[in-house]
Amino acid sequence: MDAGYTDDLHACPECDLVHSVSEIENGEQGRCIRCDALLFVRHRNSLDRALAFAITGLLFFILANMFPLLVFELDGQSQSNRLIDGAIAFLDEGYWELGLVVFVSSVVAPLMVLVVLISLLLPMRFNIVPTNVKAQVRLLTHLRPWAMSEIFILGIIVAFVKLSDFADVSVGLSMIAFVLMVGAMVMAYMSLDDRAIWQRLKEITK
Amino acid sequence: MKAPALTAKAMNAVSCHICGLLVSNNYIAAHSAHCPRCDARLHSRKPNSLNRTFALLIAAAVLYVPANVYPILTLISFGQATTNTIIGGVIELAKAGQWTIAIIVFVASVFVPIFKIIALLLLVVSVRLKKTRALKHRSVLYRFTEFVGRWSMIDIFMISILIALVKLQSLATVTAGPGAIAFAAVVIVTMFAAMTFDPRLIWDVSGDEYDGDE
Repeated sequence: MDAGYTDDLHACPECDLVHSVSEIENGEQGRCIRCDALLFVRHRNSLDRALAFAITGLLFFILANMFPLLVFELDGQSQSNRLIDGAIAFLDEGYWELGLVVFVSSVVAPLMVLVVLISLLLPMRFNIVPTNVKAQVRLLTHLRPWAMSEIFILGIIVAFVKLSDFADVSVGLSMIAFVLMVGAMVMAYMSLDDRAIWQRLKEITK
Repeated sequence: MKAPALTAKAMNAVSCHICGLLVSNNYIAAHSAHCPRCDARLHSRKPNSLNRTFALLIAAAVLYVPANVYPILTLISFGQATTNTIIGGVIELAKAGQWTIAIIVFVASVFVPIFKIIALLLLVVSVRLKKTRALKHRSVLYRFTEFVGRWSMIDIFMISILIALVKLQSLATVTAGPGAIAFAAVVIVTMFAAMTFDPRLIWDVSGDEYDGDE
């Protein structure tokens, strides 16, 4: 440790207290003894599970973009919206900043999270070191807070309730796919153990 | 673990903020200030944390005013226009008897932004004044603040869906209002404020050792 680096000790990301990490078993969580922050979780087959959920999520993401999310009917006229239409609508109205924010948080960031997860985990599954593995791990960490699909679902629900007061609103085909995509993405994150990525890489490059 | 535990700082080491690798300062001096495992820039504490968080909080507080004063959306239905501010939207939902949704929107759009600004302000000030009380509570407060911040985006997504969906020329149209930009800015600026705050600073006053007492 004097002049190097170690993975056997782990500093709490929230209070900097150093813990030894060797005794954690599958299915267990490690929490900081001082501030109670979550240090790490161990899952059996962490990487395989995360990969499976990410692929599932990507398939549902594609479906979620193909069909309408909501269908709105009033006096015999109807209008539907796809996932991307929210961003486009802001753009059309001249609120490009909002268009950008909605586009990034509901389309780009969730898609990139799924794609990066797959491009990291799929090669490793076949004992290949992913290209730019370090940059991909960093990107994944930075993307995380900006992928807001789960919040978008609540936005849809609020819009649905507001409209159903004066018009007929129904759920489109993509709504189901979108909810399943969010479920898969949450599961992918929950099963992913960052440390397992580095351990796997060590095994591959050995 | 054998007590007392030390902080990374006390061990003359830095924990990578991205991948958690513990790197000694001697290594950094001999090689580079980048993590040998993930290549992220290494720093013991987030750079200039308190000043950045404080500046972003001031920006958020200023933006909070237009976010609430200006309308976020206008609905024109059968020639009648209704304009909503953020709080107006909540009141309308409550009047329509949609209590659950009204409460969700109230919490996400009114309570959370104010809560975030006050909580982070409290954290910044308490660290600056080197307060030693309620360290763990403040850690939990930070964790909670960081977690809830994103949920304020509900209203922005709701507006984006309404304006995309409700455009039936003569019958009904929804347009966005300038309040929406200010509100989205509040959410994003407070998210950055939470990200720039370093919770390790809370604990730095309690010394570099921990033997089980707070």
